Amino acid sequence: MSVPFYVSPEQIMRDKADFARKGIARGRSVVVMQYDGGIVFVAENPSRALHKISELYDRIGFAAVGKYNEFESLRVAGVRLADMRGYSYDRSDVTGRSLANAYAQTLGTIFTETAKPFEVEIVVAEVGMQADDDQLYRLMFDGSVADERGYVAMGGSAEPISAGLLEGWHEGLTLAEAVGLAVSLMGRHGDEKARELTATQLEVAVLDRSRPRRTFQRLSNGRLADLLAG
Amino acid sequence: MTPTHGLPGPYRATGSASFVDFLAALHPERLPVAGEPAMQGAGALAPHGTTIVALRTDGGVVMAGDRRATMGNIIAQNDIEKVFAADEFSVIGIAGTAGLAVELVRLFQVELEHYEKIEGLPLSLDGKANRLATMLRGNLGMAMQGLAVVPLFGGYDEARGIGRIFSYDVTGGRYEEHDFYAVGSGSSFARGSLKKLFRRGASTDEAIATALEALYDAADDDSATGGPDMARGIYPVVATVDASGVHLLDDDELAPRVRHMVDARMTSPDGGTS
Repeated sequence: MSVPFYVSPEQIMRDKADFARKGIARGRSVVVMQYDGGIVFVAENPSRALHKISELYDRIGFAAVGKYNEFESLRVAGVRLADMRGYSYDRSDVTGRSLANAYAQTLGTIFTETAKPFEVEIVVAEVGMQADDDQLYRLMFDGSVADERGYVAMGGSAEPISAGLLEGWHEGLTLAEAVGLAVSLMGRHGDEKARELTATQLEVAVLDRSRPRRTFQRLSNGRLADLLAG
Repeated sequence: MTPTHGLPGPYRATGSASFVDFLAALHPERLPVAGEPAMQGAGALAPHGTTIVALRTDGGVVMAGDRRATMGNIIAQNDIEKVFAADEFSVIGIAGTAGLAVELVRLFQVELEHYEKIEGLPLSLDGKANRLATMLRGNLGMAMQGLAVVPLFGGYDEARGIGRIFSYDVTGGRYEEHDFYAVGSGSSFARGSLKKLFRRGASTDEAIATALEALYDAADDDSATGGPDMARGIYPVVATVDASGVHLLDDDELAPRVRHMVDARMTSPDGGTS
């Protein structure tokens, strides 16, 4: 009878974390940040059909990087949870915090209990009535949650982009400024050489504070091109 | 409901983009049309909503409903709303048992929005009309007990660039109406009125005026349909749908139109030219 090698729990967790991190680092980046009218999501994503950014509920949006099938199943689960809650109680009872918690629990369970962790990172953003009430939750592959202020960058070049945002982001950016900042940082850090990203390579959506009820809106290529042209 | 921690298996399972199917599988007790047969006679105890009219315009659909709910000979409510935006490009009006009707509308709104979020695209207008038929079919048992709900559905068909109207029966039968339609207790009077006043290719403004006239005529002959209440400022709910989406008229938009019609009826009580 063969005796399996002993591997310490620390080693297992470290291996899983390394595996997940590598998977995430292979993908393009996503930036989520506050602007003067709400929250904007910017992703480098040439596909018109396979979204990285999506609506969860009236004032709550979702952005993800990593493996598409994995974050897509989480996105669908989030929409189902939000709609179930909103239908069972009231629309105002669906909160970003409860969705972020549900994702954290799920990712945590998957990370510890299955052999292969999810290679995803997620942002759940909720736009409040005032900018002070905005919430940005960043969820890691192991279920850890961070409550971020102002902006979040995730994906392959998250670190240099975050450093750029620390410098360039401030409260009260207009939509054009916010998108411009995100796009220039993503272009600078996404590849070995700096690139000029155009509207067709981007997926951009906003949670527009001033809209009634459903605040989530995708920006069309035309509108995006106008914004980038400044 | 026990609060859910995390996202249990069914939430993450691959499945359909229908919220109704998901709800029926996971929490069937929350459906407004749960299978339990209602007690005989419940129909007489529950408030009923009454007349809804809809007509096609040159660029879409106008739908309007009176504000009365009745319980036998009692007026249960004089400002009930029975016409709603189902989503950005469609409206639904419901006659019948008010409690069930309002709940059915709420579920239908979630159903349309849920599909749109999961699939990333809204359903086609025909798809929406068919979903509503399926939901009604689930209510057949209740309808046989006297708790019927009869919706009228209208919307702007983005693919074809026209407004369309769908009527239903309690068994979920779905019928497309080409000019106008009315449902509810005062519907035969409203339909008679519409038949005389409707004009193909009418503008939205003209269609709104026609809808108000039809509801007035229905209220004239049907005690369960409420006429405009000028003293309290309670006017019919009027919704328009066209390429720009759904618009529910507010009181400021409605008051002058209703007043104009009521003034004309002062000299010509049956409408038309005297």
